[in-house]
Parts: sequence; structure tokens; C-alpha cells
Amino acid sequence: MKITFDWLKDHLSVIDKEEKLLEKLTDIGLEVESVENLSEGLDLFKIAKILKTEKHPNADRLKVCDVDVGEKEIKKVVCGAPNAKEGLITVYAPPGAVIPKNKTKLVIAKIRDVTSYGMLCSESELNLSEESDGITELSSSKYNKSIGKSFFTQSSSNLIDLSITPNRPDCLGVRGIARDLAASGFGKLKQIKEQKIKSKKSQTIKVKITNEKNQGCFSFGSCLVTNVKNTESPKWLKDKLISIGQKPISAIVDITNYVMIDINRPLHAYDADKIEKGIIVRNSKSGEEFTALDNKNYKLEDDMCVISDDKGVLGLGGIIGGTRSGTEMGTQNVLIESAYFDPRSIRRTAKKLNIDTDAKFRFERGIDQLSIEEGLSKAAFLIKEICGGEISKIDIQKVSTFKNKIIKFDPNLFEKVTGFKILTKDMLKILDNLGFTCKKDKKVFKLTIPSWRPDITQAIDVVEELVRIVGYDKIKIEEPTKERKKSTLTQTQKLFHFLQRSVASKGYLEAITWSFTDAKYNDHFKGQNDELKIVNPISSELGVLRNSIFSNLIMYMSKNIDRGFKDLSIFEIGPTFFGKQPGEQNIVVCGLAAGKKSRHSWLEKERNVDVFDIKKDVVQTLVEAGYDSEKFFIDDKTPDYYHPGKSGRLFLNRGKESVAAFFGEIHPNIIKQIDMKTESLVGFEIFLDNLKLPKKSLKDQITKYSISDYQKSERDFAFIVDKKINVQDLVNVISNVDKNLISNIKVFDVYEGDNIPENQKSIAISVTIQSQEKTLKDADLDQITKSIIETVENKTGAKIRS
Amino acid sequence: MSDIKNIRDQFVSKLKNELSLDEINSIKTELFGKNGQISSLFKTVGSIPESDRKNFAADLNKIKDELQSLILEKIKEIETKEINQKLEKERVDITLPGRPFVRGKIHPVSQTIDEISSIFSEIGFSVEEGPDVENEYNNFTALNTPDNHPARDMHDTFYLDEDKEVLLRTHTSPVQIRTMLKDKPPFKIIAPGRTYRSDSDQTHAPMFHQVEGLHIDKNINMGHLKGCLNYFIKEFFEVEKIKMRFRPSHFPFTEPSAEVDIGYEIKDGKIVIGEGDQWLEILGCGMVHPNVLKNVKVDPAKYQGYAFGIGIDRLAMLKYGINDLRAFFDCDYRWLNHFGFDPLDVPTNYRGLSR
Repeated sequence: MKITFDWLKDHLSVIDKEEKLLEKLTDIGLEVESVENLSEGLDLFKIAKILKTEKHPNADRLKVCDVDVGEKEIKKVVCGAPNAKEGLITVYAPPGAVIPKNKTKLVIAKIRDVTSYGMLCSESELNLSEESDGITELSSSKYNKSIGKSFFTQSSSNLIDLSITPNRPDCLGVRGIARDLAASGFGKLKQIKEQKIKSKKSQTIKVKITNEKNQGCFSFGSCLVTNVKNTESPKWLKDKLISIGQKPISAIVDITNYVMIDINRPLHAYDADKIEKGIIVRNSKSGEEFTALDNKNYKLEDDMCVISDDKGVLGLGGIIGGTRSGTEMGTQNVLIESAYFDPRSIRRTAKKLNIDTDAKFRFERGIDQLSIEEGLSKAAFLIKEICGGEISKIDIQKVSTFKNKIIKFDPNLFEKVTGFKILTKDMLKILDNLGFTCKKDKKVFKLTIPSWRPDITQAIDVVEELVRIVGYDKIKIEEPTKERKKSTLTQTQKLFHFLQRSVASKGYLEAITWSFTDAKYNDHFKGQNDELKIVNPISSELGVLRNSIFSNLIMYMSKNIDRGFKDLSIFEIGPTFFGKQPGEQNIVVCGLAAGKKSRHSWLEKERNVDVFDIKKDVVQTLVEAGYDSEKFFIDDKTPDYYHPGKSGRLFLNRGKESVAAFFGEIHPNIIKQIDMKTESLVGFEIFLDNLKLPKKSLKDQITKYSISDYQKSERDFAFIVDKKINVQDLVNVISNVDKNLISNIKVFDVYEGDNIPENQKSIAISVTIQSQEKTLKDADLDQITKSIIETVENKTGAKIRS
Repeated sequence: MSDIKNIRDQFVSKLKNELSLDEINSIKTELFGKNGQISSLFKTVGSIPESDRKNFAADLNKIKDELQSLILEKIKEIETKEINQKLEKERVDITLPGRPFVRGKIHPVSQTIDEISSIFSEIGFSVEEGPDVENEYNNFTALNTPDNHPARDMHDTFYLDEDKEVLLRTHTSPVQIRTMLKDKPPFKIIAPGRTYRSDSDQTHAPMFHQVEGLHIDKNINMGHLKGCLNYFIKEFFEVEKIKMRFRPSHFPFTEPSAEVDIGYEIKDGKIVIGEGDQWLEILGCGMVHPNVLKNVKVDPAKYQGYAFGIGIDRLAMLKYGINDLRAFFDCDYRWLNHFGFDPLDVPTNYRGLSR
């Protein structure tokens, strides 16, 4: 909502300065967004006279004019306007001036080899009107003595842009803002006497509101002004509209705009002669069409509130009028409409047709239902004053009658909600100033809500009114108590934080990427999931919810590699989605590592990061989070975006409940398809929701501390086994030979090739044997060694290598 | 006696020379070997006249001890020297780089969430969560924002179906609804998380982070709201005093509603929070609307309290001097590395939020 202090003063007697006003506005909830000096620089625009015109030597349509701008020197200005001729008084803008319409700053320019010092302006360029066919023509009788003077009268009033919250339609009018200010002690609201229409002429255009379901119009007031002469608005009206950044059009249109802004009463003016018989306010039928004042053709659906005549739709009630019945300069008879439309109906229609207008904005927030007459008479008298003519009686049709809301308010509620007290006397004064009527009923107020406040429906709204006007700075600070009754984080949340920092501590940079992604990338990683499309994405590259974090991470990894980085590890912890219903999401820790280890190292040989690097990160993270790696079970069944032979799936134990993690090389085809330039790319996904939480907290987990001081022995074995045998299985077989005595098993070599039969491999394992009860004798050791060899050979078909 | 004295003097002087380990060993044998000079003398003790024997033996023992300790000393000296020579040979250029390490980092938004949780933990809030995909009811209707409410225009919503029944939550407020439906009052929670609006320019991202706060009990009023936020802002920005302004505003789910501005100024091109005469809007809040309480089956006659919503990304930008919101989600290695936090830097109450 744009206002000026000057306009406010039409409604407010006040001596305070603008600075104080700005502060007060924000304090009472009418936030000042910006303050702009519209007239800044406008003093540069001078009234000037063309002394002579010559044809431009190099352009047929251009003229070179000698212009008197009231200085000694005559300015040479190149001008293309057909009406530029000797003796014309017009508006001159010198180099350095900023053209109001397009905000461009003028410079001394050569136009086809002729230097032009400034410019002669059209009304359109000066935002005075839409007229852009020629330069401004000023009447010589009026301006002949003003050559060289500033064209614009300086306005000291700044343009103040307020951010009005959607609950305050009343403050979409200057008077509403003035009322709020007065209630808060900033000035006094001027009483403006309403001028009543006392005409004997009746309004001859018949208006009917159809009585049907979903009728969006509750009441329709109208007034006919006959024999008018539409004209340019007088200066005071033009200045008023220009002062808030609007462009004057014609007196009739300007008047309706003025009334709308002044008292938030949207009106519509029809050329009465263009209305075929009477006006019918009804619901539209699907397929009806009309051309609106924005010059667009709209196809209507069922049940949109339209103003129509015998020939069809004239306009969308409360949203936009049509071209067919619009007023023009030649309009002789004007029908003014002042109606009330249902906010919900307005909103529904405007949304469907995607129209946004000033009227729509106001009606959908709720217009004062009792302002119909005031609006009509205000506009009618102004039209009569400016355009002449005769005013008819006011005609009001309605399908429902407005009644002011009445609510009961217990003044004690104020302190209960705000924590501080104000005197009942002060409460009553504030409410009175805001337009409430109060009746004290024992200890409770019976409040009649002003018709312009549709937002106030219950007692709590009254509290807000009071505290807003008294000032939020009066609310006392209650220091918070440092008391915790419930633990801050749940087990899952703790695990989230732990995993996040655990992965980061392994050299991964944490990234946060969008929860949506490019379907093209997502396709590689969606596995068995459905594609989850967003209906209205911001762009097609962000068109689907991510089924996996990999899509985004790989895309960004690729970008970083393009930036010239080679050895990178990044990760993200966040949601992935498997359905479109709330809750159909998982928390995943997803990591990606690219490039080499020990690149260009003077110490070590460089190598690609590989599946065992990433496996270490996954296993270590899970172990740090408190899971027992002895129990982990790993197989090679992974989604198809992993390298089928170099990836794994990890379960927290052999029971194979849900997958705790996937890890491995990213499938080379994907790397190729997304054209990523890297020597190696490995990744992992840890599924937080699949990690079982310990039932007891750490302090309650009884951990028996037991160590053995008896001597331990190590025995090394080398088995030759079928290539298909997993080391995990082999180790498992060994550990089951004697769980009491075998305390550790370590794989220290895997070998295929020379001296080993085809399709077989040699696995070297070191087994630590130790008893909790005694020092083992050679015989015991021999016994268990023998047992290990026999069991492994029997169960896996391995052969001990001698 | 003179024999013994001679041997001593002779060997003491011998041991003063530069000797190798082998030479020392041969001296040792010469003295203490089977037929060594000292050993031989000990053998003669029996044949010494009884009157002299005691003195002789005492002298001999004394000299034996002296020579033995001299020899040991000499050996130690040589060994030390040898070790030192060996170590000298092993000397490396210690300025050569050590084995490389890579440093992981925590994203500033995550760090900020942890800071926020830590502060609110101190005054008794616990952390709640809700899904990113929400139904229309929880995101709007239950929050007193029915369909056809103009306030819905302020939320450019991403929808997942044509009927606009499921959407990406536009704020963290639906967690209020979920929490209150699930449990019984009192409630004292914060809910940090991702939020989405179809808005994208220099200062808006289609995804951003909010933290919701909710405190409902029997007598929680606007003074408590002010106190809580005042405490939070001071703790978060780690300043003693903060210039803060509560300004009336409107949100459908709170009444009365407020927006909170903090004072700032630009000093040497850097933003200084807490002083100055410029205002910066940082959060929205208010007393939970009775309609909302009714929607979640909490009796507004018995319970009341406040709620607030804070933009986390914005807080992180202010605190850590980050200018561009879009960069948060661009995943640029250099940015992550520059603005990220060490994973060991866990914000806590006792060691402070930040280093």
C-alpha cells in the first residue's frame, strides 16, 4: 500500500514530522517497506519553447530543434515527434535527468551525427498519461511566462510503501491507516461529513442479483451520472495519483481510483450507454467469454460471479471490468458500481483465471460492507464537480443484509495473554478510537465490531488490537527458566548427529543439496522406486523428489571435478523419498569419494580410491556408533547403480533384517553417461532408519570387563580354496571351531596366479589362540590347529597349503 | 702392595686412552680373566702371611672395584658414542611433509542447527521432527489458514498432486500440529528442518531451513515469548546485550503475532549484530491461535503459549558472515571447505557454542 504523508493529512490533524510517522507505522503493525522521494530530480525538467525546427540532415523523420530553456544558451535537441514545431511550449529534460517512465538517465548523445543536448518529452515519458504519439503540448497562454521554470511542482511528501498484512483490508485505504495512527496517539482523526445524495432522479438502469447457489455478490449499489463530459483530471487529482506512483488516465477513471485508495472502496465505472438493457449479477456458465480491460480474452468456467447485460458478460465482479462497457473520453452517461463480493468467490475465480488486480486484492481481503453508499456519493459528487452532469438516486440491490458482529470480551484476558496490565479506561479509549462500540456488561465488554474489520472474530483478536496500539515494547521480559524435564534429543536424533560427525571426521565435506533433483540423474539411482514428480517444479532440472542422495551428490561432485579438484570426498545426511505420502521418506547418510589416495606423494605410491577404502569408512563409522563389527554380515547383492563385482551390502548381523548400508564403486556406465572425469568413484549409503537402536543407554549396558593373562599363541594358515568362497565364510568357519580359544582371526594375504590352480585362490590367515583359564600346552595348540584345518577342509573344500 | 698399586696405575692410565670395545674386552680379560692379573692375585691371598692378609685382601678388593667400574664406564661411553654416530647417520630432513591428511567439514547449516539445539536444550526444549512431505491439512488448514485464505499466497507451495492435497511443507509449523496431536500438554519443543517454497532468486532458495518453537502450558504469556527469544538471540550471537524490537505482524496461526528485528550496523564493511540503528528482520512469532489449539484438541481456556519460526540459513549467514544464500546448496568444494566446521567442534553448553 503506497501512501504519502500529505494524503494522510486529509484525514489526520497532526503536527509531528514524517520521521515520527514512519516509526509509529511500524510500531502499530503497518510495516514501512520503503520510503522513496519520487520528486527527486524532477526539478530538472523545464518548461521550454521550440524556437526553430530544421529537418535532420541524415534522417527523414527527425528534426533538429532550437529550444529556449530560459537560459542564455539555446539548446539543440534532436526530436522525432511529428508535433514538434516552432512556437510549441513543451517539457525539456537536460542531460543528467532521469526519465520517469523508463528510469533511464539522459546523456549528451550524437543522433545520426547531430549532437542532441537533452530531450523533449512526451506525456507518457513523464508518467502524466498514456499519450506517447508526440511531445507534451502546454498551452501557451498559461505557460508562456514560465519558460525555464521547473515543470513539476515540488512535492515534499515522500512515497511511503507499507506492507499491509492480509488481515487488515481496512488499511488498504488511507483513512484506515489514519484511524490506526490516531488510535495510537499520532494525530487526531478528522471527522469528514458524508455528503448525501438528495436527487429526485431515479437510477434508470435496472440491476438484478440472481438468487442462486454460490452467488458471489451480496449487494450491488449503483448510481447513474448523466450528461457528463469526461476530461483530463484537474491538477490536484492528478498530483494525488502521481504522488503515490499512479498514472492519471481520465477524470472518471481517476476518480474511481482515488476513492478506492482514499477509503478502500473499489468502484467500477460503466459507460451506461453501452449496457444493453439492465445489469444482471449472476454465476457464469462454462464457455462464456469476454475481453477484460487488460485486453486479454478470458474463458469462464461455471460459477464465477459476473456482471452481465442482455448481450453477455460485462466483467468479473470485483476483479476486472470488460472493454465493451468501459468509459472513454466520449462517455456521456456513467453508471458507478459499488458492490460487495464474497472474498472466497473472488479468490477462487482470480486464481483459476490467474488475474491479479487492485480490486481483487481488496475484495479477497474483505471490503467494508457498509461503505457502498459512501463510495457512490463520493465518486458521484466528484464526477459532477469535474465532468458536470446530473446525479441519480442511489440504487442498492442485495441478497443478504450485513450485521455487525458482536463479541464478548473479558478485559482480564489482556493480562493473561500479554503478561502486563493496562487500565480499563485506556482499553475503552483505544477500542473507541478504532471504531468499536463498547457496552459494559458486568465485568465483560460487549463489543460491536466495526464493519471494516472482517478480521476481528473473537476475543483474542481484541487483545491483539489493544497490545498493538499500546505497543509491544510494553511487554515485560520474563527470563526463561533453566530447567530440563525431558531429554533434548531422542536416540535416533543422537544417532543422526553422531553419524554426521563421524563421517565428516573421516575426511568427508558435508554438503546440503535440494531434496528434489533432475529426473535424468535420479533415473540412474531410483532402483525399484517410483519417480515422484513435483506438479509445479521451479525448473525441469528440479522436477522430482530424490529417491537417492547420489543423484545430487554425483552432479555436484562432477561440477567440482570440472573446477579442477580431483581427490574429493563429500557426503550428505538427509531425506530420500520412496512415496508421495507424508512419512514415506528415509534418512540416509550418503558419501562419495573420487580420485586417488597419496597423489604425488614423496612417501607412498599413489593409487585409486577403491571399494575397500569406502568399506573401511562405513564399517568404522558403524563401529564408532556402537555396533559390533564381529556380527556384521556382508554380501554382494547391491542396487544396479553399483559396480556388480565391487560393491557390498552390510547387515548389522546375520539375521539379515534390513540393509544397514550399501557401499562400492559406482557403476562405470553411469560415470560414463554423466561424463564425469575421474579415475575412480566410490560411494556408500547408510540407512539410519534401519539401524537398530540399543534398547538401553550406554550407562545401563552392563559390560563385563574380562581379559586373559595367559599366554597367547599365533598360528598361520594358508588355504587354497575355490575362488567363489568368501573370506567372510572362511573366517566364520574358523571362529566357530572353538569360540573360547580363538580370540582373533586376521586375513593377511590373498593370492591368485602362479602356482595356484585356475579358479582357486590362496588365503593366508593368522589365528590367535588364547585361553581364559590356563596356559595352553603344545599338545592343546596342536589339537586346535588340526581341528581348524580339518573343519575348514571339510566345510569349504579348501586344501591347506603345505 | 706395590704390585697391586702398579697394576692399578698401569691399567688406570691404559683406560684413559681412546679404546675400542674389543680393546676394552681384552683389558677386562687381562685383569679378570681366568689367569688375569687381578684374578691371579686373588689366588695368592691364602699364601699371604696372616698378619698382612687382611690388608692385602682389602686393598685388592678396592682396586678390583675401581678398575671394574672404570671399565663399565668406559664401555658405556663407547656405546653412547656408537649410538650417537648411528643416529646421526639416520638423520632426515624433518621439514619434509608428513603423510597427508584430509579434513572433513560440517556444513554451516548443520552446525547452526546444533548451536540452536544446544541453546534451547539449556532452557528445557526438546527436539521434534516431521516429514518434508506434508498434507494440506497440517501445513495450512490446521494452522488456521483455510483454503481461500490470502495468507496462502505468501507461501509459494510445491505440490505433489493435482488436487493439492500433498505438498512440500512451506514451513516447520506443521510439526506443531503433529506434536500436539501426538502428545498431551505441556509442550516445549523446537523443530528444525528443511522447508520449501517455489521461489528462487539471489535471496530466496527453493529449499531453506527453519526452526519452529512451541511452548504451551497453563500460564505462558507474551512476556515469556519475549524472554525466550531475547535469551536465544543473545546466546546465539554470543553477545552480552542485544538490541531487539518486537513489531506487530500477522500470521494466521498466531494471535497476537509479532516479527522480531535485531539492530545492526555495518562497520568496516562487516555486519555487527546487536548495535546500530539499522533493523533486520529475523523471525516471526506470536501466541498460538486458539483455533489452532482447538484443531489439535487442546483446550484454549486451559492452555496457552507461544510459537516462533526462525530462518536457520539467515542466522548462519549473519553469524558467520556468509553473503550468498544460494551458495549454501551449491556444494562448491571451496565454499564447503571455507565455511564448514571441524567435526570435533560440537557446540555444547559447557565449552561454548563456537571456538
